[in-house]
Amino acid sequence: MEIEIGRDLFAHEAELAAANRRLFKEKGITALNLLAAPGAGKTSLIRKTVPLLKYSVAVIEGDPASSVDTDLLNSLGITAFQINTEGGCHLEASMVAKALESFQPKPGTLLIIENVGNLICTAAFPLGESIRMVMVGASEGDDKPFKYPDIFQGADAVILNKIDLKPYVDFDSERFRRGIRALGDQVPIFEVSCKTGEGLAELAEWLEQRVDQLWKEG
Amino acid sequence: MHELALTGKMLSLVLSEAEKHQARKVTKIKISIGELSGVIEECVAYYFQVAARDTIAAGAELEFAKCRATLFCPNCGRKFAKKPRDFNCPVCGGLSRLTGEGRECFVESIEVE
Repeated sequence: MEIEIGRDLFAHEAELAAANRRLFKEKGITALNLLAAPGAGKTSLIRKTVPLLKYSVAVIEGDPASSVDTDLLNSLGITAFQINTEGGCHLEASMVAKALESFQPKPGTLLIIENVGNLICTAAFPLGESIRMVMVGASEGDDKPFKYPDIFQGADAVILNKIDLKPYVDFDSERFRRGIRALGDQVPIFEVSCKTGEGLAELAEWLEQRVDQLWKEG
Repeated sequence: MHELALTGKMLSLVLSEAEKHQARKVTKIKISIGELSGVIEECVAYYFQVAARDTIAAGAELEFAKCRATLFCPNCGRKFAKKPRDFNCPVCGGLSRLTGEGRECFVESIEVE
């Protein structure tokens, strides 16, 4: 006997993400999902940008193992909480919900969730965030939007980091932008260098405006 | 690697549907995987073998179908299968957009005894 099911396995994840969205709202926090490959500079971006923001910021660090990033951020005075996925390749909505049982950012906080470094699996697991930021380091190459389209789809902002390395790694900005535009024709693209600080003020300004707007919309 | 999480979800869904129909054994599971879903058939098959071991779905045949990702060209209105190198329309060269097809991972049906 054949039984028709016709159910998308990702639909359950979307439900859990929606539950997180309600949880964030109840707690009065705005959540940002920061996505990138390992070594793109996610933690560097957080440590360099947070001091430029007027908001109270808390960070959830997702890593397969270790608390290296959390220890670094805490030592800089940035409140951070570590989730270890024990080898898992992405954060799931349920892990973030569980973390918020013990980690309780105060209302009005911008919660930056630094996802596990991965451009594939993280794309399939929404966390209930209201801002989705995808970051690429110039040394990874200008072909990333073509190779990993799913991660860029629906991004609220795309950040190109390590622009100080562009001349050394033959990065074709035009090709990169064309790829990003195909996946989101309005998405802002910020070119920054966490090393020199270039472009970070513009990014921080955009982020503040976005958070303000989200607060207004409730 | 997220296949482990997904395979667990797939197995629970299959077992609960089989139970509803008072099946004794699940013999086949038909799954459609989108090319953008990041789900690899071999991984699902491997994890399934382990996860289903002591259930009525143990030994079930997994039949996979691929769903292609498609793009839509806003310039000339054509829909076409995603090409490996770029997002340009094969007819007019216009920059095209992903339609959303190709992200899914569907359990289509199961065969039970």
